Amino acid sequence: MSIRSILSKILLAGFGTVLVAAISTAAQAQSTLSQVQGKGFVQCGVSQGLPGFSNPDDSGNWTGIDVDVCRAVAAAVFGDADKVKYTPLSAKERFTALQSGEIDILSRNTTMSMQRDTALGVNFVGINYYDGQGFMVRKDLGVTSALQLSGASVCTNTGTTTELNVADYFRANNMPYEIVAFEKADEGVASYDAGRCDVYTTDQSGLYAQRLKLTDKDAHVVLPELISKEPLGPAVRQGDDEWANVVRWSLNAMLNAEEADVTSSNVDRMLGSDNPIIRRMLGVEGSYGENLGLSNRWAYNIIKQVGNYSESFERNVGVNTPLGISRGLNALWTDGGIQYAAPIR
Amino acid sequence: MSSEGSSGPSTATSAVGRKKGSISAFLNNSYYRGIIFQALTIALIVGFVWWVVGNTVTNLAERNIASGFGFLNSTAGFSINFSLIEYSEESTHGRVLLVGLLNTILCAALSIFFATIIGFVVGVGRLSSNWLVRKLSAAYVEIVRNVPLLLIILFVYIAVLQVLPSPRNSFSLFGDFFWNNRGLVTPQPVFESGSGLIFFVFIAALVMSFFVRMWARKRQMETGAQFPVFYTALGLIIGLPVITYFLAGQPISFVFPELKGFNFVGGINIVNELLALVIALSMYTASYIAEIVRAGILSVSHGQTEAAYSLGLSPGKTTRLIVIPQAMRLIIPPLTSQYLNLTKNSSLAAAIAYPELVSVFAGTSLNQVGQAVEVLSITMAIYLSLSLLTSLLMNWYNASMALKER
Repeated sequence: MSIRSILSKILLAGFGTVLVAAISTAAQAQSTLSQVQGKGFVQCGVSQGLPGFSNPDDSGNWTGIDVDVCRAVAAAVFGDADKVKYTPLSAKERFTALQSGEIDILSRNTTMSMQRDTALGVNFVGINYYDGQGFMVRKDLGVTSALQLSGASVCTNTGTTTELNVADYFRANNMPYEIVAFEKADEGVASYDAGRCDVYTTDQSGLYAQRLKLTDKDAHVVLPELISKEPLGPAVRQGDDEWANVVRWSLNAMLNAEEADVTSSNVDRMLGSDNPIIRRMLGVEGSYGENLGLSNRWAYNIIKQVGNYSESFERNVGVNTPLGISRGLNALWTDGGIQYAAPIR
Repeated sequence: MSSEGSSGPSTATSAVGRKKGSISAFLNNSYYRGIIFQALTIALIVGFVWWVVGNTVTNLAERNIASGFGFLNSTAGFSINFSLIEYSEESTHGRVLLVGLLNTILCAALSIFFATIIGFVVGVGRLSSNWLVRKLSAAYVEIVRNVPLLLIILFVYIAVLQVLPSPRNSFSLFGDFFWNNRGLVTPQPVFESGSGLIFFVFIAALVMSFFVRMWARKRQMETGAQFPVFYTALGLIIGLPVITYFLAGQPISFVFPELKGFNFVGGINIVNELLALVIALSMYTASYIAEIVRAGILSVSHGQTEAAYSLGLSPGKTTRLIVIPQAMRLIIPPLTSQYLNLTKNSSLAAAIAYPELVSVFAGTSLNQVGQAVEVLSITMAIYLSLSLLTSLLMNWYNASMALKER
């Protein structure tokens, strides 16, 4: 046993230990908020490309309503909505990435469910899009209802609740079916396009987005049935209430701003408003921002740089975008929808 | 460890004249020192593993993530479109694991079979005296070997799907086999009472063939006369069960597929995902096997071939009886690692929705229960076992092929 080999063994062992220690420092020693403030940006987990929700454009800038949640948090924390770094995640990886501290927020068209909220060590802090699972078929099949899909092949992707919902729906209606589950949505859509399946299923918002990728998008129709409740929203790690508050109220600020008709264009004028609701929201009165551990101008920054919920919706998925989704359930409670944020007071 | 350790405790007295048995003398004895360092290394490794496991458990508990293997008994609730055993939505996650494992083994076994055949043909082809065969084989190897496997899989899958018609316009073979963009539909055999006898006769025929081979060898050793073993065995293995089938009153009937609504009903549906995967894996691995075979054949000295020719053996017999058996000694070890690679590569099937182990168990099940540590440990343990099993079989085969020096 030469000195050199002893030394190399010791080095190797030491190196291995350091490496693992470095990996496992995900053990949260300090709160997420102070960590985020320390590193100077928010690490946001998004999808691998879902138009309207989180999608990189040609120059690599991420846009979408899920992306806007992260930008709102960055605006609230730093006063600068651009201080966000994005981690594209597959459906399979998303919770692990959040659990392990790789990301600070998971804002990735993710359905809140009891299993996820209770057994995965994550906390859902709000709903930014009320969705439901739907079906897309070729128009030339002449199918008008999901109940006519007995014996169909159904393409979808793994790692989501969609497979379970399909199983429940087809079994409840005594219809045989074949499920073809792909790892990534892209391959699933491509195979549906090539005729491997009669039906493509995912959340209805996703169907509208994926339809844009088909060779002839007008040859396909989204069926009216919604077969599940899919409340999509941002999630944070369990056990860090302070950070959960920041994300929850960043989203609520956008909804409350829409309700009070405060937009990115009129927010500066609104600083002089007499309305106590608006004064509290924009930090003219009270110390609501300080209670979050932020500046009192937190909501002002969100509205100024990201816009209110309506602006975000219409910019990314609304009727004037290629997706052409109407507000529907996602209209405010005052407009016949169910979007309803707790008041800032 | 180092080879400097002497084979036993030596009585080391240092030149300075310290007492024998003092600490430093003990430390300067290379034999004891070796033991100490080995013990230290083991302690470090064990401690390291202990610490990692403890750390994981603590962190899981801190994050309120459920742990344990109870989920294997909970209901899966999702469907799988290709399974060798009974499976429905009411089955457990443990059953999902089994379905995925069998699908992995099925696709790996088929791919290994075809990859070996293609690999040997192309490998021998690269050394052919025929210019065209040689160049074609070389081109095949160079092209396939240098394209990433995932691309080949996706290419084969999408290309296959694009050319195949919809179920209503399926290609039909013999009127009972249909191939469309969903899969290959074949009639399904239904085994009635009495079909067990046919299976028994089939096994008996296999055993008989083995004895025929032994007897023919013995006879050739003694008299030099050759016996057509292969054709006899073929006749036994195919002929006897067929005769039994008719004698037993044809106990096997077939359910023929029929087009109903969206797709065929009845029969066996071999999904295109499996076909594409087997084609892609076989082609890809075959290109590596071809190179291994070529190297193995080149390692056999040309004198062997010349000696065989001078004895009057035909080129075909020379290759089969003289060159390949000697080349096998070099071929088998790298061939084993190709088989292992192929098995592990089958996990890429998740990309094209073939429901194998990684796709259904480490994919869908993992997402339903969210217990990544347990699910991935099980999956890793299974791949490790598969690999060790393959190695074991191949090593056993290798030992039987080894040069026996007499």
